[in-house]
Amino acid sequence: MKVLVALKRVVDYNVRVRPKADGSGVETAGVKMSVNPFDENAIEEALRLKEAGKATEIVAVSLGNAGAQEGLRHALAMGVDRVIHGEAGDDLDSLAVAKLLKAVVAAEQPQLVLLGKQAIDDDAGQTAQMLAALLDWPQAVAVSKLTVEGNAATVVREIDGGTETLNIDLPAVISADLRLNDPRFVKLPNLMMAKKKPIGAIDLSAVAAAPSLKTLKVAEPPPRKAGVKVNSVAELVDKLKNEAGVL
Amino acid sequence: MSAVLLIAEFDTSGLKNATRQSVRAAQSWNLPVDVLVLGPANAAVLEQAQKLAGVRRVLHANAAHLAHPSAEDAAKLLQSLAADYSVVMAPHTSQGKNILPRFAALQDVGMVSEALEINAPNSYVRPIYAGNLLATVDNKPGLQVLTVRASRWKAVETDGNAEVAQIAAPAADSRVRWISVDHAGGERPELSSARVVVSGGRSLGSAEKFEATLGPLATQLGAALGATRAAVDAGYAPNDIQVGQTGTIVAPELYIAMGVSGAIQHLAGIKDSRVIVAVNIDPDAMIFQVADYGLVADLFDVAPELTAALQK
Repeated sequence: MKVLVALKRVVDYNVRVRPKADGSGVETAGVKMSVNPFDENAIEEALRLKEAGKATEIVAVSLGNAGAQEGLRHALAMGVDRVIHGEAGDDLDSLAVAKLLKAVVAAEQPQLVLLGKQAIDDDAGQTAQMLAALLDWPQAVAVSKLTVEGNAATVVREIDGGTETLNIDLPAVISADLRLNDPRFVKLPNLMMAKKKPIGAIDLSAVAAAPSLKTLKVAEPPPRKAGVKVNSVAELVDKLKNEAGVL
Repeated sequence: MSAVLLIAEFDTSGLKNATRQSVRAAQSWNLPVDVLVLGPANAAVLEQAQKLAGVRRVLHANAAHLAHPSAEDAAKLLQSLAADYSVVMAPHTSQGKNILPRFAALQDVGMVSEALEINAPNSYVRPIYAGNLLATVDNKPGLQVLTVRASRWKAVETDGNAEVAQIAAPAADSRVRWISVDHAGGERPELSSARVVVSGGRSLGSAEKFEATLGPLATQLGAALGATRAAVDAGYAPNDIQVGQTGTIVAPELYIAMGVSGAIQHLAGIKDSRVIVAVNIDPDAMIFQVADYGLVADLFDVAPELTAALQK
């Protein structure tokens, strides 16, 4: 079974993001970038499928400008077999990404596509479902446990207030939740080796994938104003009861 | 005539409040609003849906295979209804998140996730970077597909009188088989929708102390338990209660942070809470910058004292 992992390079989750001075978008110049954490879970799970003898080849793909290649190097260092960069604009929305990934799936013919449940930059959480729709494949979203048996997968997925277990036919698109696994740390020698490996390319310029969504403005939300210090539990309870009215 | 279609959220105890709030959001277009009830629902759910003020029709797709609707089946059903609607929406819940992107792609339209504001017909404000920033986003004119953060709207009244229409559902997709559902958390409410959340950080010291210190307080308040990423990474709390950018984003009426330092990614997950209480022994902890009420004290003293004070 061949597994395709799609990953996105995003602003690192520890960075405090700010709007650009003109409010037209998010300031990313000089900001630390990393592979989207949920996509790292997807990479890790693919590697485990291979180590368990369920997957034969792991191919990672990332779309975007040349920066996407850094994320692919990280995937190589984690242990994926091959990586593909699809040059694309940086104004893609989820539907556009899904259309481009569909073309990658057509070229690679995987049995399983794994990706993160959402990217921590735009937080849309749509790409896996949209790709599954365009391929007319089953989907499993926010998966925290994956078992592949023959031509089907049993998944436990995170839902509000608990989990849901499904059994779905392959080929399928599965999106990873944080709980799926703990991604392995990348060791320095592996990173050095990854720098020497080739990064494949796929020409997606013929795919019609104009974005539907347009971001007009990015702003910081109104800040919470710092409140007051209380001196005792009794004072706290009194404030919560009589001032805030939440008890 | 064009209209808005809203997918209802309900369980065996009835229609969820998120549905009532989302009806208000659905009225942003000044179009008739229909509510879709997926799967077998008890009489109370249908009756409650009928009474939603301002709703024109309740569509009931009473098919056994929609009892735990797969995205595949629900999206196909929505496709069969789409011609009559200019907006298809749902609360931003695991159900809405699962179904609507699939439906939007089948219709070849973009989708807006977790709208906080709606400027009809096609402009929205939504959170990005876990709510650290707000983006104003336009979708293309035409069919609008979106989820909304329901708590941003006031629930509609319950004096309506909508008609119920039974509708047919396409056959089940045999490639997807529902096995089971497991509701975690036992007695405690679900973290993402709890009215009160009590959370702890790494300073709790161990899994045993985490539960022994915060458990009674949460029980007393009828609260959900939450934890910081540091506490989860240290193994003091299960990872399904992690609050923050990579965990669950919460917006309760009352958030009580016990021994939480206030890392950026944690603050991102709690900043829409109505009232934040912080208890920390470090007077310079970041959490105090966002807390409505701060108490500089040892959480191991405060937790039992607060629990006892609330019992009075």
